[in-house]
Amino acid sequence: MQSTEIAIIGGGPAGMCAAQAAAEQGARVTLIDRGKQLGGQLVKQTHRFFGSEYEYAGIRGIHIANILEDAVRKLDNIEIKIDSTVLAIYGDGVITIEEGENYKKLTSKKTIISTGASEKMLVFTNNDLPGVYGAGAVQTLMNEHGVIPGENVLMIGAGNIGLIVSYQLIQAGVKVAAVIEAAPQFGGYHVHAAKIKRIGVPILTSHTIKEAIGKEFVEGAVICRLDANWKQIAGTEKKLDVDVICLAVGLSPLVELLWHAGCQMKYVPQPGGYVALRDRDLQTTVPGIYIAGDASGVEEASSAMIEGKIAGLSAAEALGYNKNASHMKAKYMEEINILRAGNVGKKVREGLKMLAV
Amino acid sequence: MSAKTYICRCEDVTLAEVQQMLKDGAQTMEEIKRLSRCTMGPCQGRICRILLAQEIAKNSSRNVTEIDVPTYRAPGKPIKLGLIACGEEDA
Ligand SMILES: Cc1cc2nc3c(=O)[nH]c(=O)nc-3n(C[C@H](O)[C@H](O)[C@H](O)COP(=O)(O)OP(=O)(O)OC[C@H]3O[C@@H](n4cnc5c(N)ncnc54)[C@H](O)[C@@H]3O)c2cc1C
Repeated sequence: MQSTEIAIIGGGPAGMCAAQAAAEQGARVTLIDRGKQLGGQLVKQTHRFFGSEYEYAGIRGIHIANILEDAVRKLDNIEIKIDSTVLAIYGDGVITIEEGENYKKLTSKKTIISTGASEKMLVFTNNDLPGVYGAGAVQTLMNEHGVIPGENVLMIGAGNIGLIVSYQLIQAGVKVAAVIEAAPQFGGYHVHAAKIKRIGVPILTSHTIKEAIGKEFVEGAVICRLDANWKQIAGTEKKLDVDVICLAVGLSPLVELLWHAGCQMKYVPQPGGYVALRDRDLQTTVPGIYIAGDASGVEEASSAMIEGKIAGLSAAEALGYNKNASHMKAKYMEEINILRAGNVGKKVREGLKMLAV
Repeated sequence: MSAKTYICRCEDVTLAEVQQMLKDGAQTMEEIKRLSRCTMGPCQGRICRILLAQEIAKNSSRNVTEIDVPTYRAPGKPIKLGLIACGEEDA
């Protein structure tokens, strides 16, 4: 059995920032990720990021991952485990890990869970046909493995992810037949929508998918219009000859380890589903278990990084390390409040109100 | 293959089957899980659990927040038995 002071599960932007913040306070940190490299979602983001200038907005996601990883690798009180999936957190605090081909156990004084989020599925006829993908899966396939998913794509969801992945598909030489969106307006930023509109890809709002067509794999899709009450309008069906249906209909936090640990969970739609109650320090209802990033509520990379720093500082502080920690924490809390201010952050603020303890 | 709409793609549980279980008197996610293995496949419900909760809520005119969901069990993903059988050198 190995032991560490702070175990951090998930090495995306939240986990890497948490590791750096805690280690700079002097704590001994073990950073664990199931991927072959650190970076989480950032690794497959080839576009320039929106967000806060303090968190590298304007830089491409993949480069942000490199900056954060360099900082983490410079600190020799951080042990990094990649290709290591955390399987469980048991009641006595033991963390079990599938590390390559080995089974390992780890105990920690504090644990930060920054496992990110998973993609939501949609209920429609033939939704299990090969060719129905999550947008994140398509990105992994293309941007990490260099494989295109098909030739002609129907994108479902016109939030930022749907719009960005559509553009990346086009960059890879794949045709996007249309982007459809159930809401009356698209949710993503105008810059991303404008880019694909200029290429001639229609963005159809108040539309949904009714059915996937095909025997062995997707050979087409039937879409239809929605009325003001989000009900399908009969007679508006249209068939599209696509071989890929890509779902970008939202994410939900990856929280199974929080359930294992016994954290109090609640269904709140704004952050994306079942999420843990937390205090200002991002500590859950189980003492010593902290959350950060998309696992605490789906948001964006900037807030994931700041939450990581807050959780890392809080955990280190609770262990007695204090190099100006409370002052730094106050600064990051102010920064994250600015990020969540205004109209854009309204949904996030509403969700957080229901999760505070 | 006839057209089907799936709730749980791991365990092949369709929307029609879920609706039938609800009609037959199932009321909770725990019951549907035991009857059909819905949410018990390789993804451990990470994908279908919310869809199932929504379906149960719709059937009983409740809000998803009011649906009682079972906890997740260890391990979080399928592993080879040999992995545990070998134990750990430094246990
Ligand atoms: C297409 C797209 C475009 C985006 N564009 C922007 C943008 O322009 N600006 C912006 O601010 N944000 C953007 N985002 C959002 C941003 O990428 C995420 O909010 C951010 O990556 C969340 O960071 P995280 O560290 O919480 O999670 P992730 O980046 O998801 O990292 C989680 C890590 O945890 C690991 N993990 C999970 N479970 C386990 C386990 N059991 N054991 C071990 N490891 C585990 C995963 O392998 C992963 O590496 C975009 C997202 C997408 C999909």
